[in-house]
Amino acid sequence: MKNEKLRIGFIPLADAAALIIAADRGFLAAEGLDVELVREVSWSNVRDKLNIGLFDAAHLLAPVAIASSLGLGHVTVPIVALLNLALNGNAITVAPELYRALADAAEGDMADPRATAAALKKVVRSRGAAGGQPLTFGMPFPFSTHNYQLRFWMASGAVDPDEDVRLVVLPPPFMVESLQSGQVDAFCVGAPWNSVAVDLKIGHILHFSSEIMQRAAEKVLAVRGQWASEYPELVRKLVRAHARAAEFIEHPENLDEIAAILAAPNRVGVPAEAIRRTLSGRLMVSPDGTFRSSERYLLVGRFGAARPDPVQAAWLYAQMVRWGQAPLSRELLAAAKSVFRPDLYDAALGPPGTAPASEPADGIGAFGGPAFDPDDIEAYLNAWPIRRPLR
Amino acid sequence: MLPDPSLRILIVDESPVRAAILEEGLREAGYGNVMRVGERTDLLSRVYAIDPDVIIIDLEDPSRDVLEQMFQMSREVKRPIAMFVDQSDTSMIEAAIDAGVSAYVVGSLQKERVKPLLDLTISRFNAFARLRAELDHAKSALAERKLIDRAKGILMKAKGLDEEAAYQLMRRTAMNEKKRIAEIAQSIITAAEMLK
Repeated sequence: MKNEKLRIGFIPLADAAALIIAADRGFLAAEGLDVELVREVSWSNVRDKLNIGLFDAAHLLAPVAIASSLGLGHVTVPIVALLNLALNGNAITVAPELYRALADAAEGDMADPRATAAALKKVVRSRGAAGGQPLTFGMPFPFSTHNYQLRFWMASGAVDPDEDVRLVVLPPPFMVESLQSGQVDAFCVGAPWNSVAVDLKIGHILHFSSEIMQRAAEKVLAVRGQWASEYPELVRKLVRAHARAAEFIEHPENLDEIAAILAAPNRVGVPAEAIRRTLSGRLMVSPDGTFRSSERYLLVGRFGAARPDPVQAAWLYAQMVRWGQAPLSRELLAAAKSVFRPDLYDAALGPPGTAPASEPADGIGAFGGPAFDPDDIEAYLNAWPIRRPLR
Repeated sequence: MLPDPSLRILIVDESPVRAAILEEGLREAGYGNVMRVGERTDLLSRVYAIDPDVIIIDLEDPSRDVLEQMFQMSREVKRPIAMFVDQSDTSMIEAAIDAGVSAYVVGSLQKERVKPLLDLTISRFNAFARLRAELDHAKSALAERKLIDRAKGILMKAKGLDEEAAYQLMRRTAMNEKKRIAEIAQSIITAAEMLK
């Protein structure tokens, strides 16, 4: 048993809610754990500090946990995801000028990603014909759900994300100023940054990521594989504390308290009101004051969101293959799936109940394309006309 | 191993002072090819244009994530390697992290060629941190000096003391209350302002 204080790294985002509440609302202490949360400035730092053992656990982009385990881009450090800290929670925000161009080109409802993706194709084509610069989209990390959600959406409208537009990595705190300065025309990022852009009247939220896919593993509570086998008791305690915090977050009567805790300068550090809007899934989407609500916008504890699902890991791996980040192989697919550990989750909390009927049959619920098949990724990927060649 | 003067070194640092200290150190050590980028606008295309062998970036700079895009396999460019993903040299990693240094080595440069460069960077980052700490200390010492002088003036006026006696009174009180003279001085100033 490890006796010293556990160090857990996080990035100041609303989807670190379960982590912060577990620490600051006593759920970790109730398990006898003494934890120090360390606020970080980049996903690279979180990953590297977890990999080399400076952190015991971390709030991590789900695709980074997989990339690290598969050795994509870096050395191989097996990571396990003990629990989903959040599903969904991202949004695509576009500058007012692009919003108007899309609205003019759209045939159909602007809340329908099919309609907006088709409109994007038209806008891209007319810009190209006029000799304009390609549209630039910001996203926070190459191995991120944001990257895959953006690509999925635009490719469904026959826009090639590598040929027809530019995708650039931007740290989330710089997204809004980059949209304002015209460095990017749009971005896909987590809360609260989309709301910040709308509040400043410099952006329109085009889509919640949950409109693109109903269930996408966003952030996980990650530990090194070796750490998990060394400290099984700590794993159980971490899972229990975070699952309870996730459940606590889903009770509306706790919302004010949660928003106040997350708003603290050493936590997420944004106004409590922005956190409240995010957690209640009701966001102002346009500077004219239009709101959009979705019970799926950000899932922390409800709809069985916290339990890690290997189907999610397989879907993320499939996106890496689709966009040329990873070669396709059975071994890598199996390795990606085994990053998500429902067995450890169940060992701490008991057998799972039945999945709620509201949830998509393939575990993903994308707005277009065939149902996802985690056992035949090749056939799934072959159904998409826009993708990089399989390696 | 001796420094390798042909290495193209890029320093990405928002702090111009620290970047200058590092650049100077690198040049003194014989590295002639040192470039700096201070602002983050369009960072990646600047990096591609400069085409460095080694990139040194502040560990606390969020733009580290921007550099991660260089790892993407679809690009047919020399692929960079981050310094501390190679876990073979833990003492070097710890020293780098303590100093707040992160480095990317582009292409297949041997680690031995980069080691003296990284050692030097770590020591310059540490020197900068020490400098800043000394400067902070000097600033707060100056501020305390001013507080004590003001409090002394108040005591001299209120109690008709000379300068030395006023100072001795504060010193004695500080010792009795196990506080610093500056804290006693602050209390005197606060009290005087309340009684105005």
